[in-house]
Amino acid sequence: MRVIEASDSSMLVVFGDEISRELNRRVIRLFHDLQKYLGPEIRNLHPAYASLLIDFDPLRLPPAELRARIDELTGQSGMTSAEAARQAIEIPVCYGGELGPDLPDVAQHTGFSLEEVIARHSAAEYTVYFIGFSPGFPYMGGLPEALATPRLKTPRTSVPAGSVGIGGSQTGLYPMQWSGGWRLIGRTPMRMFDPEANPPSRLQPGDLVKFTPITRESFDRMAAGQTDEPKAGSSGTASSGTPGR
Amino acid sequence: MAMRILNPGLMTTIQDLGRYGYAHLGVTPAGAADALALRVANLLLGNDENTAALEMTLLGATVEFERAAMVALTGAQVECRLGTARAPMWKAFPVLPGAVLKCGAITGGARTYLAVQGGFRLKPAMGSVATLRSAHLGGLEGRALKAGDRLDVRHVDAIGVRRISRQALAYLESRRELRLTPGPQASWFGREGLERLQQGAYVVSGDSDRRGIRFQGEALALPPKSQLITEGISLGAMQVPPDGQPIILFVDQQTTGGYPKAANVIAVDLRHVAQLRPRDEVHFRMVTVDEALGLLREQEEWLRKAFD
Repeated sequence: MRVIEASDSSMLVVFGDEISRELNRRVIRLFHDLQKYLGPEIRNLHPAYASLLIDFDPLRLPPAELRARIDELTGQSGMTSAEAARQAIEIPVCYGGELGPDLPDVAQHTGFSLEEVIARHSAAEYTVYFIGFSPGFPYMGGLPEALATPRLKTPRTSVPAGSVGIGGSQTGLYPMQWSGGWRLIGRTPMRMFDPEANPPSRLQPGDLVKFTPITRESFDRMAAGQTDEPKAGSSGTASSGTPGR
Repeated sequence: MAMRILNPGLMTTIQDLGRYGYAHLGVTPAGAADALALRVANLLLGNDENTAALEMTLLGATVEFERAAMVALTGAQVECRLGTARAPMWKAFPVLPGAVLKCGAITGGARTYLAVQGGFRLKPAMGSVATLRSAHLGGLEGRALKAGDRLDVRHVDAIGVRRISRQALAYLESRRELRLTPGPQASWFGREGLERLQQGAYVVSGDSDRRGIRFQGEALALPPKSQLITEGISLGAMQVPPDGQPIILFVDQQTTGGYPKAANVIAVDLRHVAQLRPRDEVHFRMVTVDEALGLLREQEEWLRKAFD
């Protein structure tokens, strides 16, 4: 682990130089430990794949003190209780059709049928490594290698909110309407980012995620707001681990 | 009581000191680009430092006051008129009911702040009213102001205004030499690269905005096969994309990114970044973090003593 002064008001803790669950777990652990100190001293935390950037006010918290706090926290071993009992958050997705216009591209590239792509994508469990790029946008690990498909050559100027996509070896979803180059394979009716909610983002760094296929009818019904907390209708699993809001 | 926007100017947004504590959800702070100018405007009016004001860019706005108000203009020099009288800068002044404050071209910088006593009555989004246009957050519907917008001014019982001392004004002059501390990937550019960065002049490019200020000058060479995995970005980071032309990431920047960062603008010089205009020429100079923190303490000391 290296601790670097990224600026006069920020400290970068680097755990390694590769994308791995192991390194990210250490990032998330330090993030959770520091999250309770967010305030006038520690102003912002930016977890990423293998590093955590800490923005702080050097006039209230001298860099040496922050360094000592980081050393102390990263020196402790063992899992925190929050890590031990985690349940996957289920996100309902209507795959293909006009909501997932690039599903045929993914099928063609991977050699699977449309149904196989959906089955494999929704069978996997994903980890939210971190959230970045735009409000609520999760960088997730866990996409089966066989589903990796290159990004679009020309990014779309507007991707609808809730779109689920594959970009290279990653999968993720667009919480807000944004531009983007991922192959869109479906869409969730769930509102992923809402500034009025607490927390505003349905996903948090370190969360586990599963996608549950739903029909177009369920999508329309949920999108119309008839079901406030969408249950995973078609699969019948009742364990929809929606985060506290 | 309200203030009406008759003409929004080129790009006018509502900004406070920023929305902190949500970078881990991908939400960047936004907030006043020249935070010191906003703080001074608020202190002149007896407001809380974090009270939101109008941030006007390159071309000022024209606004009408329905009732009497106390107003202050800070930041880059702008020619503003109240009827036939010229409105002062860095000084609280009263406006009468029905008064129209007409601001023209902003000179000697890029951004001017128009603050009112009591501040505007706005609904905060995630604890702040700072406008973040890319995410449609804060301000008025998360967008730049347009003609016809009405901003409610919070009523306050007469509170005392303050004056900034004449000697204190010298500190506010603009700098064209931006001081930097080494960034997380500074070593990628080598001693030679950082030397080169400090020698030549860099010109502000026209496609700069609150997300980042782009420069054109001597390209910085990146080592071959240099790949960085995405990491957090600090305010004022100097990122170097493959073409070698540096970009200083600013208040509306993304929270994470994958380009190497050679350096970072020191905290007290961020306000000078805010005042850069397209085609301005700047120089860069490396300093230590200790020097940067010394200058930051000096700034806060100045602020405490600036008012009569």
